[in-house]
Amino acid sequence: MSATISVSDLRKAYGDVAAVDGVSFEVTRGEFFGILGPNGAGKTTTLEIIEGLRKPDSGDVTVLGLPAWPRNDQLLPRIGVQLQASSFFERLTAREQIRTFASLYGVPAKNADDMLTTVGLTEQGGLRTEKLSGGQAQRLSIACALVHDPELLFLDEPTGALDPQARRNLWDLLRQISKSGRTVVLTTHHMDEAELLCDRVAIMDRGKILKAGPPAALVREIDQPVRISVQSGLVSAEQAGRLTGTGAGEVTDDGVSLSIATSDPATVLSGLARADALAGLRVQGATLEDVFLSLTGREYRA
Amino acid sequence: MRGGGFSSLSRAMFLGFVRDRAALIFSILLPVLFLLFFGSIYKNTSAPKLNLVAVGRVELLAQARQADPGLSRILTISHGRSVAAALADVRKGTDDGAVLQHGNTLVLRFSIADPTKAGLVNSVLGSIVQDANQAASGQPARFTLAASQVEDKSLKAIQYFTPGLLGWALASGAAFGAAITLVSWRENKLLRRLRLAPVGIGSIVGARIGIAVAIGLIQMAVFLAIATLPYFGLQLTSAWWMAIPLVVCGILAFMSIGLLVGAIAKTQQAATAITNLIILPMAFLGGAFIPLDFAPNWVKEASYVMPLRYLVTGMQDVMARGEGPASALPAIGILLGFTLLVGAIAVRMFRWDDI
Repeated sequence: MSATISVSDLRKAYGDVAAVDGVSFEVTRGEFFGILGPNGAGKTTTLEIIEGLRKPDSGDVTVLGLPAWPRNDQLLPRIGVQLQASSFFERLTAREQIRTFASLYGVPAKNADDMLTTVGLTEQGGLRTEKLSGGQAQRLSIACALVHDPELLFLDEPTGALDPQARRNLWDLLRQISKSGRTVVLTTHHMDEAELLCDRVAIMDRGKILKAGPPAALVREIDQPVRISVQSGLVSAEQAGRLTGTGAGEVTDDGVSLSIATSDPATVLSGLARADALAGLRVQGATLEDVFLSLTGREYRA
Repeated sequence: MRGGGFSSLSRAMFLGFVRDRAALIFSILLPVLFLLFFGSIYKNTSAPKLNLVAVGRVELLAQARQADPGLSRILTISHGRSVAAALADVRKGTDDGAVLQHGNTLVLRFSIADPTKAGLVNSVLGSIVQDANQAASGQPARFTLAASQVEDKSLKAIQYFTPGLLGWALASGAAFGAAITLVSWRENKLLRRLRLAPVGIGSIVGARIGIAVAIGLIQMAVFLAIATLPYFGLQLTSAWWMAIPLVVCGILAFMSIGLLVGAIAKTQQAATAITNLIILPMAFLGGAFIPLDFAPNWVKEASYVMPLRYLVTGMQDVMARGEGPASALPAIGILLGFTLLVGAIAVRMFRWDDI
């Protein structure tokens, strides 16, 4: 079976700046795929080329077996796009908004109302979109992208400016959408979001994809020590050093927590357990931020 | 699906307009207030009235009014208690002249604060005295004067500035509407979103034109409904319906200006400022605020390059001057030509989004 999205050696420059510099990847059907990277990495440009909004300088993009450029009327009803900003008609209510989008795709108003329920906005249906909270507007915008039941959904920085609670609510919604069998492509500069949601991520920086794969596999690959910390004062740094055994990790104590970095967490944990020093235990594995650090040599800054 | 796109976009745009208080105020309420204001000020400009205050019995005046009932249309006569009070009224300007009769002498006291009125009151009373002399001689009059104005009698001020103010209202409504919609839709990325939906650019533009024309016809209906009230007294001449195609073409022309501004401007503030810079001078120089018949020569000459001129004078011709339907055709042709030219430039400058 052919890939849902196939991108090969994509290039796009603005003046002297190569926004996208030889990007290739594939997304398979039903996958939740993330393009991850700091602002200005070229994620949005890549996404816009795949959506058919921009013409690449060179390279091939096929979406659902069809070329993405030029704008293809056959393709449009099969993809759903949620844009960065909340792109709504002025002064319409949430319900009027989604019904308008529905009718652009020939979808009856009933389906639009159902979609409003799916994203949990039935109560806000009569509210003008200008009055919606950031999270509600983002949900509505996703609902508008889904109203014609597309096979493939693009989300560009969906949780951008949301508070933590709204972000978590939105993640639940996105997982639900992915479970329904749709292929979802998401760009984000939040490492945690990509790690939580995506089946596979492509880490992008300065127009290039540095690495792609399942988040867990990427993290495992860099073989970074695990960070174990407990409350200070339970064991001395010296005792703790002995416990690390073969791990040969470093031990630090800032007076609040005692932290041990180790590549052999099992030994350390059982040692701490024997010493009855597990109060306030936290175990932190490597994250995608560490992957980014090891790939680029610089700290990840969104 | 095409049809669905067109009608749902039209609906969305129309709701967006009627819920926009600022747009309603600027495109309908403000022009209507101007109309009410000018309409009340210039209501009686065609026949200035004279207020006279008579002290004691003024036999001559009473006779004259009896002989010529038409006189009371230009003369209002009140009775003063004393000469001093009457003179005070004339000084204040509440009355244009104080009149008393001593035997066979009609005494008139007037103020030259308003020279026009002063001249008028002198000549009106002069002719009353002359008529009285002539009647006293017992001879029939030998010479008579037949005077009438060259304009159609109905061509009152309201006939001039209803088309003028309506033209201004239509021009600013169409230009601002198109410019602001285009810029704000680009700013909030709605244009892109629409580009990714299976609707043609024809549906989007068509819906926008449809809404602009609908708004323009509403403006026109409101204007004509108010101006034809007996209080203002606009009388539409026979070919007034030709103003409808004229208004449609005018809206197209000003929409093309708006689309060009919308293509150039990056922000809504810039779009508003640029549109104002175009529309306001045009309103003054194109005959909307100042009737071109009364304007200085350089304004008349400048007006030929203003599309608003053709909309306003075209409407005046068919609505007020009583010219035939065909008289609007040159204006319609010029407005359509202007639309094509500016529209073509706007299409070339058009951007879906800011890069």
